[in-house]
Amino acid sequence: MRWKTDDLSGWGGALTREAALARPERHAALAEAMAESPCPAIGMRRSYGDAPLAEKAIDMTRLDRFIGFDAETGLLEAEAGVTIADILNTFAPKGWMPAVMPGSGFVTLGGAIANDVHGKNHHLAGSFGQHVESLVLMGPDGSSQRISLKAKPKLFRATIGGLGQTGVILSARLNLAKCPAGRLAVQERRMDDLDAFLEAFASSRADYQVGWLDMTAKDINLGRGILEEAHFSSGPFEPPRKARSVPFNAPGFAMSKPLVAAFNWLYLKRIPEGGRDRERALHKFFFPLDNILHWNRLYGKRGFHQFQCVLPEGEARATLTLMLEAVVASGLASPLSVLKRLGHGRGGMMSFPMDGYTLALDIVNRPVAKALLARLNALAHNAGGRVYFAKDSSLDATYVPDMYAELEDFRAEVAKADPARAFETDLVKRLQIRGQK
Amino acid sequence: MSETWIILGATSAMARAFARKCAENRADLLLLGRDMPELKRIAQDCSLRGASSAEAVAFDARNPAKFAKIIEQATAHSGSLNTAVFVGSMPEQADIDADPTVLDGVVQDSFTGPAQFLHRLAPYLEEREGGTIIGVGSVAGDRGRVGNYVYGAAKAGFHTYLSGLRNRLARKGAHVITVKPGFVDTGMTWGIEGMFLVASPEDVATSLMKAVQKKRNVIYAPWFWRYIMLIIRHIPEFVFKKLSI
Repeated sequence: MRWKTDDLSGWGGALTREAALARPERHAALAEAMAESPCPAIGMRRSYGDAPLAEKAIDMTRLDRFIGFDAETGLLEAEAGVTIADILNTFAPKGWMPAVMPGSGFVTLGGAIANDVHGKNHHLAGSFGQHVESLVLMGPDGSSQRISLKAKPKLFRATIGGLGQTGVILSARLNLAKCPAGRLAVQERRMDDLDAFLEAFASSRADYQVGWLDMTAKDINLGRGILEEAHFSSGPFEPPRKARSVPFNAPGFAMSKPLVAAFNWLYLKRIPEGGRDRERALHKFFFPLDNILHWNRLYGKRGFHQFQCVLPEGEARATLTLMLEAVVASGLASPLSVLKRLGHGRGGMMSFPMDGYTLALDIVNRPVAKALLARLNALAHNAGGRVYFAKDSSLDATYVPDMYAELEDFRAEVAKADPARAFETDLVKRLQIRGQK
Repeated sequence: MSETWIILGATSAMARAFARKCAENRADLLLLGRDMPELKRIAQDCSLRGASSAEAVAFDARNPAKFAKIIEQATAHSGSLNTAVFVGSMPEQADIDADPTVLDGVVQDSFTGPAQFLHRLAPYLEEREGGTIIGVGSVAGDRGRVGNYVYGAAKAGFHTYLSGLRNRLARKGAHVITVKPGFVDTGMTWGIEGMFLVASPEDVATSLMKAVQKKRNVIYAPWFWRYIMLIIRHIPEFVFKKLSI
């Protein structure tokens, strides 16, 4: 197996390292690479921080074949390198789709499982891992086994959302959901402030819900934004057109405060005061930014951090207010800030979701970002919330045991699956997720 | 009308991307190569992506004795019969220097093996008065360079063969496309120093499909390699021999 030395970074680009990468083009080559040097598997690197970073890693993106599909039940088996958009584009015309889709279709099946991702329908459909019937896991010794909630419940629950620590996910059987139509009816409404937002979420009955926050608005406008609610309408599936690309890193002023404020104002005002209804193709609603390849370059070469936390319902209003105030005061806000309701569904021991509200925002990587991130992490911790590992680049390791109640069970299971710690990533080391050696 | 694509060297990244495009067009696929378990995975994948049929077939460019039987199997498919050749091997030049007999294998994999296969197939295309052959060569075949001139020489031979075959089949309504890829992001180029302007296998597969539709004769993939190679071909020999590009 040939190993390539390359710079490796997550989608945020704030954390970068040099790494040796193997990219098996065929199934047999994966076993060969693992035999040479067991190391973590990575996919499309759509995690933002250091979750996909390690000294050595196996790039799984070329192992991206569909293995089997039952048109009666919607059970799909595919290799880990298949992307969510590939599944949608191939099976939506046949009336099926992933039950849970994250905000980018470039995410691989393996990555979606290892981070137990959620979508805009989490309150109804739960997390991605809850739709995984079984998966094939390769251990550090190169042997593989099929595991499921029935056959190996502990190992399975340690693998869903397990950040690749139990082994390399080779393939999985996924229960697809019925895809009733190729288009969604999307209702967009302006929300005047945080209270309006939370009330609207509480009363919404929509299948898909997502809120965009204007993080430059302060005082009485704090927490204003747009709520998007959607349900399936009718019409055939439309394949996405060829995406455009951001060709190079934008200059530093692209994300400066006045420009972001101006953009946000325009973005908000494009929705008429009485709201609007429109029809959207599936990929345009589910993967709004996938049509702009390398959009992360808009943040310039310094990159950005993403912060995402979930707060329990009772604490949400008070803590969100403090968080928004902190972000607004810092002037570091970016145009991409999202508020969503989450349900209780989670597939693994280290899964992120909990019943409550989740806030996600990009923070330009400037020196002052560190203090803001520390404040946001502390607020999430105080509120009994959780920070999302798939996004994280800044959490304090001491918060992890409080945030993830099943951490000890996870550690025990991972210690059995990978005693030599071959699968540790930079994130896992930084947050001491597997404990002290 | 039904369309059959015979894909030689179907486990390569470029071939896989091309096979998927054929599958989306509902073609019948014969996937040829040595790694049968892998070919079966690819065949299954192509079926799920829309191929009317997809079959894994054992093929070794160095074992021409088996070719007749494979061609018999392929010609059982009615309708338009098409072939895409992705086979080839590029050992380290140092390995060839150490053991010059390695050279024979390179020529067989990259030139004489696929050429013999196409030669046996050609009469069927003539008989059916149609069909397309895509021969994947290389920009390395445009000029011999110190780094990989054995591979380059084999590909140059293949280019010349394809040119002659195009001349022959054009009389009967069948078409031959010569493809010269530049650097493509495959297992062959992974981790090799000095790669630039690397194209994805999907992009190359898209250009191949366009070339089929437009009945192109010789294409570079991506297109700009035509101009890079135009310059490289025109460097005078007394200068070129001192370069290491």
